[in-house]
Amino acid sequence: MARIDVTVDGVRYTDEVEPRLLLVHYLRDQLGKVGTPIGCDTSNCGACTVHLDGASVKSCTMLAVQADGGTVTTIEGLAEDGRMHPVQQAFHEQHGLQCGYCTPGMVMAAVDLLAANPDPTDAEIREGLEGNLCRCTGYQNIVRAVRAAADAGAELSTPEAAR
Amino acid sequence: MSEELDAGLIAEQIAESGELGTPGVGREVGQARRRKEDARLLTGQTKWTDNIQLPGLLHLAIVRSPIAHARITRVDVSAARQRPGVLAAFSGADLAAELGTLPCAWPVTPDMVHPDHPPLATDEVRYVGDAVAVVVARDRYAAADALEAVEVDYEPLPVVTDMTEALRDEVLVHADKGTNKTFLWPFDGGDYDAARAKADVVVSRRYIQQRLIPGAMEPRAVVVEPIAAAGEYTIYSATQIPHILRIMLALTTGIAEQKIRVIAPDVGGGFGSKLNVYAEEVIALVVAKRLGRPVKWTESRSEGFQATIHGRDQIQDIEIAATRDGTILGVSVDLKADMGAYLQLVTPGVPILGAFMFNSIYKMEGYRFRCTGVFTNKTPTDAYRGAGRPEATYAIERIVTELAVELGMDPIELRRKNWIRHEEFPFTTISGLTYDSGNYEAATGKALGLFGYDELRAEQARRRESGDPVQLGIGISTFTEMCGLAPSRVLGSLSYGAGGWEAASIRMLPTGKVEVVTGTSPHGQGHETAWSQIAADALGVPFDDVTVIHGDTQSSPMGMDTYGSRSLVVGGVAVHLAARKVIDKARAIAAHLLEAAESDIDFTDGVFSVKGSPEARSTIQEIALATFAAHNLPDGMEPSLNSDAVLDPENFSFPHGTHLCAVEVDTETGGVAIRKYVAVDDVGKVINPLIVEGQVHGGIAQGIGQALYEEAVYDPDGNLITGTMVDYLIPSAADLPEFTTDRTETPATSNPLGVKGVGEAGTIASTPAVVSAVVDAVRQFGVDDVQMPCSPERVWRAVHGVGGAAGADRARQGTIAYGGQQTATTAGGAE
Repeated sequence: MARIDVTVDGVRYTDEVEPRLLLVHYLRDQLGKVGTPIGCDTSNCGACTVHLDGASVKSCTMLAVQADGGTVTTIEGLAEDGRMHPVQQAFHEQHGLQCGYCTPGMVMAAVDLLAANPDPTDAEIREGLEGNLCRCTGYQNIVRAVRAAADAGAELSTPEAAR
Repeated sequence: MSEELDAGLIAEQIAESGELGTPGVGREVGQARRRKEDARLLTGQTKWTDNIQLPGLLHLAIVRSPIAHARITRVDVSAARQRPGVLAAFSGADLAAELGTLPCAWPVTPDMVHPDHPPLATDEVRYVGDAVAVVVARDRYAAADALEAVEVDYEPLPVVTDMTEALRDEVLVHADKGTNKTFLWPFDGGDYDAARAKADVVVSRRYIQQRLIPGAMEPRAVVVEPIAAAGEYTIYSATQIPHILRIMLALTTGIAEQKIRVIAPDVGGGFGSKLNVYAEEVIALVVAKRLGRPVKWTESRSEGFQATIHGRDQIQDIEIAATRDGTILGVSVDLKADMGAYLQLVTPGVPILGAFMFNSIYKMEGYRFRCTGVFTNKTPTDAYRGAGRPEATYAIERIVTELAVELGMDPIELRRKNWIRHEEFPFTTISGLTYDSGNYEAATGKALGLFGYDELRAEQARRRESGDPVQLGIGISTFTEMCGLAPSRVLGSLSYGAGGWEAASIRMLPTGKVEVVTGTSPHGQGHETAWSQIAADALGVPFDDVTVIHGDTQSSPMGMDTYGSRSLVVGGVAVHLAARKVIDKARAIAAHLLEAAESDIDFTDGVFSVKGSPEARSTIQEIALATFAAHNLPDGMEPSLNSDAVLDPENFSFPHGTHLCAVEVDTETGGVAIRKYVAVDDVGKVINPLIVEGQVHGGIAQGIGQALYEEAVYDPDGNLITGTMVDYLIPSAADLPEFTTDRTETPATSNPLGVKGVGEAGTIASTPAVVSAVVDAVRQFGVDDVQMPCSPERVWRAVHGVGGAAGADRARQGTIAYGGQQTATTAGGAE
């Protein structure tokens, strides 16, 4: 067993984990953070995307021990002051989700995409989300949602200012 | 970052964004309401089956056959039982008496060959992924470790993966049955031979529907919570069919139906793949019963690729007969449908559903259909989005285009000449269905305008003339489908094991709020939102005052679940009918309280008023409270406004539309890029245009997946070589274009809401539009077919005559194999 010290959605945890434990299983099974789902076993689908120290990672592709000392944000910690993040809100407004299984990962990937490129073209959005699969929407409204969130860019970079 | 979400604030955000235009009370239907479902889905508060934790929960893992066909000579689970954290391990023989045989509810012919389908194999495995043994452990890692300790000895048997070879009955999937042919299902409309005898032109083609993997984003999962002492079981399953599953689990295991409760929590997509009764659901139930502990099984994606049903996999020999002036006389279809190794819940019925759709929107004098079901050593097939109808639409739309080429006619003009004209509805087709309504002229006209058809044709001509390395092609799909499954009597006449009705209840709460109980079981379709809109309008209550309850056999006891674009047409209309019953009774109470005759009571926007005395009024909420209090009801009236409706429709519904696709084909690389995609769908009256548009987008994407990207490939030994998401290409955002969607609105006449259903439309329409466009782009190279998926290699080979046009010829001669089986077939068959 290995000891890890990790902050998840604003809460600090110290745990003994098996060295082979995947980060996503640590989040789901050990911390009960089941908002992050698992969609595949080959790192293709991106459903399990979370942020580690501000950058998106597929949490099925890394070990919990690799997150030691890090700060993880999941879909459950994206809202601030009880209100949905502008990207979550944009997915709702633009009907960017149907069954919703890919949505946590898609939203987390989109937030990271916009952090790196606040004003992406539609093609850049499509390329940027290539690692996240959705079987319901045909992606059109996901692209619209990310576009809409980008257009509300001021709110995105400083969410507090919008309120 | 805050750990706690404020449910109130998020609900407020959701409610605020729902205000669009001026929906108001009584004006909900037709509004682009943002979905109620979104709040939990967007914030990670969703209840997926795999999220469920229970005290003492055990994890179940399954040993699967790595061999496509073998005799099991030994299964030893004793070492697995010794592993740390392992509570139990069972072979098929250990559980056989309790597991029973998995059900097939659609014996399409009385003499259908229907082998037993043990959830855990005992004597023989028949496809890679067939379940052989099960281990139960404290956590998922311990269970996965213990799988390795299970010893199974296999004695390999000959394997058959190709349908043509299987029909020779030299290698048998089920030796005791003596044949791989499970059924022959013939169907005739009119006299095809007579029609053909009059023809000037007959075009014949062989089309291959490659095998597909549905790939819903949520893997399957099941949790069983027993109350051992009482013999009661709650089954949570990622299923589309909680109600059907309950009945089937009772019949399969012998546990009394009333002791079984099935819950479909939030379900992450289905597309038909969760319209089944699976081995793991039965195994988990029996193991939980044995151990008296709750158990969970969750498939890994790669496991699911083997153990969850596949779709399509048909060989279609189709022939169309016409006169020189372009009048279609008849269509003949000889279909071979790959069942895989076993018959799952509706496996044999899927190709039969297509039987009524090959004639599509066209008038003709004769139609012949023959379908042969074939066993192979592969994962069973079953319903996949469209189920039989995409296959039929693909073949007829492809061959009508080929006929246009043969006749030298524009493919739009040929369609126009043969389709059912708007003024001819209702129209009974050659296959015996009565289409209640349609307007193909309007949908096609709108699509052509949005597409810029003439301009694109002109550009195509210029590029051909200049020998541009990038050629342009145009594909057309003027489709219809039979939806709203369905009238119970019709399903009965087709030997389906159940009816097609749907149930709804309205519960009027004392505070005037409303619970809608539905028998449909949504998994992405937005029923909570759309049913709220329907109920809000019928009852005159605000949208936000309605909550929709579904997916639990205890709280929504009657239902036939969600598949076949049936939910709105049957279940949504049932909600409307139940609400009308509430109003009928509330009207009588209002008349009593307002001391007026019932016939003098008006009901508008939630308010009962007396004709001529508008000040004498009572709201539906006031009536609800008065009914609850029951102080002053008409004599003998029961103090409840709650109402039930069970709707068994008299006919299917027939959505239709015109999809147009322009592709650019790089003749030097074989790469295909979709340049423009226009879809004009007619789904009748629309409850929520946002949801309809989303369904069309997703449907088109899945159809494009079949056309360009997806194929489940088996090697000659029966190994699924596209066994992970690395090898099976589910398209990403970067692989798909932007779609232009629009609608025409020709209401269905068969239900009071005028709705037709939309779940499968995009998938049914898009595949032939895309492939016809690819073929159209390279036809000048002598190409008249490109096998799906139209990968760069296949397109390049077609253009350059390397197994290309020749490939199409071979396909027509019936010698082409598809996917990874080519080697096996040309070499004379698998070993």
